[in-house]
Amino acid sequence: MNTFQEQTYTNRFDIGLWRKLLRYAKPYKKSLITLGMFMIGIGTIDALFPLMNKYAIDHYVVPKSLEGIAWFVALYVLMICLQTIIIRLMVDTAGKIETGICYDIRKDGFQRLQELSFSYYDQTPIGWLMSRMTSDIRKLGNTLSWGLVDCVWGATMMLAITTIVLYLDWKLAIIILSVVPFLAIVSVLFQKKILHTFRHVRKTNSLITGAFNEGLSGAKATKVLVREEKNLQEFQVLTGQMQSSSVKAATISSLYMPIVLILGSIGTGLALWLGGEGVLAGTIKYGTLVAFTSYTVQFFEPIRDLARIFTELQSAQASAERIFTMIETEPEITDSQQIIAKYGDVFHPRKKTWPEMKGNIAFENVSFAYKDGEKVLEGFNLNVSRGETIALVGETGSGKSTIVNLACRFYEPTEGKILIDGIDYRKRSLLWLHANLGYVLQTPHLFSGTIKENIRYGRLEAGDEEMIAAAKLVNAHEFIEKLENGYDTEVGEGGGKLSTGEKQLISFARAILANPRIFILDEATSSVDTETEQIIQHAIHKVLEGRTSFIIAHRLSTIRAADRILVIRQGKVIEEGNHHELLKQRGYYYRLYTNQFMKEEEKKLGITAYGL
Amino acid sequence: MQKIRLLLHFMKGNKLIYIGGIVAVGLAIMFAVITPLVLRVTIDSIIGNHPLDIPEQLRPIIHSLGGKSMLAQKLWLCGLLIVIFTMMRGLFLYLKGRWSAMAAEATAKNMREQLYDHLQHLHYDAHVKAKTGDLIQRCTSDVDTIRVFLATQFIEIGRAIFMLVFALNIMISLDLSMTFVCMAAVPVIFGFAFWFFIIVKKTFRKVDEAEAIMSTVLQENMTGVRVVRAFGRQRYEIDKFDIKNSTHRDSVYRLIRLMSWYWSISDFLCMAQSGVVLILGVYWASKGRISLGTLVVFTSYARMLLWPIRQLGQILTDMGKTFVALDRIEEILNQPVETAEQNEYKPMIKGEVTFRNVSFAYESGKSVLRNISFKVKRGQTIAILGPTGCGKTSLVHLLVRLYDYQKGSILIDGVELKKFNKKWLRKNVGIVLQEPFLFSKTIKENIRLSKLEAKEAEIFEAARIAFMHDAILDFEKGYETLVGERGVTLSGGQKQRIAIARTIINNCPILIFDDSLSAVDLETDLAIRKALKERSQHVTTFIISHRITTVSEADHILVLDEGKIVQSGTHDELIRQMGLYQRIWALQNSLEKELA
Repeated sequence: MNTFQEQTYTNRFDIGLWRKLLRYAKPYKKSLITLGMFMIGIGTIDALFPLMNKYAIDHYVVPKSLEGIAWFVALYVLMICLQTIIIRLMVDTAGKIETGICYDIRKDGFQRLQELSFSYYDQTPIGWLMSRMTSDIRKLGNTLSWGLVDCVWGATMMLAITTIVLYLDWKLAIIILSVVPFLAIVSVLFQKKILHTFRHVRKTNSLITGAFNEGLSGAKATKVLVREEKNLQEFQVLTGQMQSSSVKAATISSLYMPIVLILGSIGTGLALWLGGEGVLAGTIKYGTLVAFTSYTVQFFEPIRDLARIFTELQSAQASAERIFTMIETEPEITDSQQIIAKYGDVFHPRKKTWPEMKGNIAFENVSFAYKDGEKVLEGFNLNVSRGETIALVGETGSGKSTIVNLACRFYEPTEGKILIDGIDYRKRSLLWLHANLGYVLQTPHLFSGTIKENIRYGRLEAGDEEMIAAAKLVNAHEFIEKLENGYDTEVGEGGGKLSTGEKQLISFARAILANPRIFILDEATSSVDTETEQIIQHAIHKVLEGRTSFIIAHRLSTIRAADRILVIRQGKVIEEGNHHELLKQRGYYYRLYTNQFMKEEEKKLGITAYGL
Repeated sequence: MQKIRLLLHFMKGNKLIYIGGIVAVGLAIMFAVITPLVLRVTIDSIIGNHPLDIPEQLRPIIHSLGGKSMLAQKLWLCGLLIVIFTMMRGLFLYLKGRWSAMAAEATAKNMREQLYDHLQHLHYDAHVKAKTGDLIQRCTSDVDTIRVFLATQFIEIGRAIFMLVFALNIMISLDLSMTFVCMAAVPVIFGFAFWFFIIVKKTFRKVDEAEAIMSTVLQENMTGVRVVRAFGRQRYEIDKFDIKNSTHRDSVYRLIRLMSWYWSISDFLCMAQSGVVLILGVYWASKGRISLGTLVVFTSYARMLLWPIRQLGQILTDMGKTFVALDRIEEILNQPVETAEQNEYKPMIKGEVTFRNVSFAYESGKSVLRNISFKVKRGQTIAILGPTGCGKTSLVHLLVRLYDYQKGSILIDGVELKKFNKKWLRKNVGIVLQEPFLFSKTIKENIRLSKLEAKEAEIFEAARIAFMHDAILDFEKGYETLVGERGVTLSGGQKQRIAIARTIINNCPILIFDDSLSAVDLETDLAIRKALKERSQHVTTFIISHRITTVSEADHILVLDEGKIVQSGTHDELIRQMGLYQRIWALQNSLEKELA
């Protein structure tokens, strides 16, 4: 099942992808246009400053007169103020666009995550999804707005400078601008090379992270096998690789800027030489010469930014690609159009049309295989009548989880069908089934927030009394009351502030409040103290009363209490019956019992032995 | 100061390159600063009529070229000089880039290796308690923060200082009042940048918090996807996320809005400063107080000086982050390691083990073992049985010194355990841990982890004894199959069996199996034990198990409870004694009754 692999992405410019991105830019069309205008303004004013210098030199310095300088000062101040205001507005606008786009993409991403099937979650590590939803989206929003800012600014300024120098002296301008094509060629060559080397660095970097991970998780094994030196040697190979590839990448990228600078200085040198001769010949003014020498420097300033944006665009494209693969993944399990029309969809249910569920479940010749072809169930049949408790027993990977997941319609059978109250569950809406489902996990999962909010998750509209009643029913009330803030106590991230046993009790209360017809219990193997254990057992019995239930069982007492035990091995029911019947068969259950469940008894013995 | 010392420690061996990098920055800046001077001389004295005011030493060069008038004929020489100066600047910039990268990467390599080695040698206990995610974070992103600081920002600070020093020198030599005008805004801008980044810290923190909250909702939604779906709470989750998502958006926007003030005001200050330089310069130039060339030099310098200073506020904040990263790394390196004590005692070990009144408690003061005494002869098998938490695992951990006992003594071949070289001891006492960890290597590499020189025959033999050989051959790639994250997933029993193979390959005189066959079925368990016995008569073996059948064949059985030996003897003796062993035995027999 571990088929997840990071896809590799092309570094060619992907027009289709950027077109999709335009969809997200659309709501900000006006702001984007305004932003573009701002940048044109800023770039133009930036390009005008040397022209001001030229004017001052030609009109005040060379003739040695100050006539009209007040107006000049006034204009200069006006330009500065205007520039300041535009910059202020520009940053604000770009920020609005950036945050807005990030918000929109995140919203869509989250919605899609709510629709995607479990098979998707099985194949995709949560860490991967987290980075898509956080850093990738941030990077994309960032590049989209600020990349645009720098691009338009750079382009405007270069264009404005070109126009101005052509206007000042077109012959000189053309000679100076002759270095630009070289600049373009050098830039393209270098960026390609730089990108390539940095990709190598990143790859090595992830290997190093992996090595740290393995070094830490395997530390105990390393210690007893006395592998420390050899491990370090292997690690040093990686860090050595990292060092040489990073230095190589840095060397190449630190070669680029000097070359741009030198190209620029050739322009300056040409301006000084030819412009100087012009001044001597009286065909060019002093101010023009000075302006030319400034412009040849200024023209190359955006290059550094443009080069950076180019690299950023590449990685933003990779981010976008990853985000869209996620957003565009179609959920495998959905209701058909007809069903949605009748019963409503996940987000807008039409509960009035829902039939009441009784709780009879039947598997008819159900087969199931994972996407990678791994077969888990074949021709599986099972009839569970309303109110019956079924315990599923078997090794990890035997298929018990799959049976439960199929019953919940977290997966759908690849062949055969599953009937609920005699009707194929695909003919009812997903939410109808889920609304009638109670689910308690092996590792109880709570959400950040208060205990109250967590219990109420089972039925949002439940009042305080109902909520407390549910807590009382599973004996959770007592410990909750003892907490400082009672039901308003924050449970912390993932319920981290509570013990495993407490979390379990709350998840039982939550399930009770939902009052489901079908109940799924993925039983915990984690050890809790005997007292809590007994409370939990009590809670389980309360919850199971009168409901059709499936238990992925680990505890002997739960198994013994089940109406029927199914022993699953390699996707098949190999033994079926209650505890005593199964023991008598002396088969697989018997062995499982002796191997696995004896430990539990021994543990109990250990506790009683303490009393002797 | 201490942090700087730590940083210097990591930089050891690369100081020359660092110094080279800093010198290169200085030279690059110097060439950048003198380029405008070429413009000035050309404009004032070659094109214009000002007398040449260049340093005495350079005058003969100009003379030999034919003097001022000659240069006016060959203006291209001035242009060429600018190109040459820029080339020099470029060369030093390149050297700066390369050398600072070399130094920073070497430092990062040092840090990574030291961290890795240190982590490996931490006490066993530290690994039991370790938060892997946090440690990895420190070893990767914190190291990277420091690396980036060393490679770029460290040099950036040098650049700002050099720039200030060089430019100031030249400016003062040209015109004092213009220098004053040109420098007036520098402290203001610097102060503003510094002040602003202190103010904005709070907003940064709010953004971080908003992001953390949003990530939590996201993470909880995904890890709890089964709960969300089972209760059909998608709509509710979307609404919940939407609130956090928009709070995050608003907090980021608030930050950017603040930044918009920063950028616009600091830009205003820079532009105003340039404007003042220009206008006062023009005024003085028109009065003939300064030359046109000097004006050009000052306007260029104003530009060169102001923009880097504006970035300084940001750099100072990043420096703060670097120190935090150093702190976090230091915390790891301050944890005690095992190699602190070195014994060189490495004798041949025969395998006689004696425990004499051994007591052991964890640091927390929780007593685990009390007054344990027993003796095992070479080649004997000793089984340890008892309820969970009775101290069985701790007992065998003491034997390989994963923990150290506080009272009593443990002797191997009559020699106190603490006298042995620790690694030598572990090489001779093979232990198969309860939860085996396999490395993401091939199966073959995993088996010969502790015996690299092992031949194929030895590897196969070890796998055969662990009853794994045939199972391995069933894999598509046999012994070359990759295991772990990037390879095949093995079952618990398979992992245990490979762990057994990699331990027994060493032919240790003492072997410990800490419940290492729990995931293996009974028949395989039996077969492995039989193969082990046949292989070597002289290996002293400790077996911890829950299974009476596994335990019953041992030469000697210890029953542990609450850290004490409550019973000891052979199976036949123990089943006749009242006690825990008898009860467990009875329990396993009671199955028969249940069936009746």
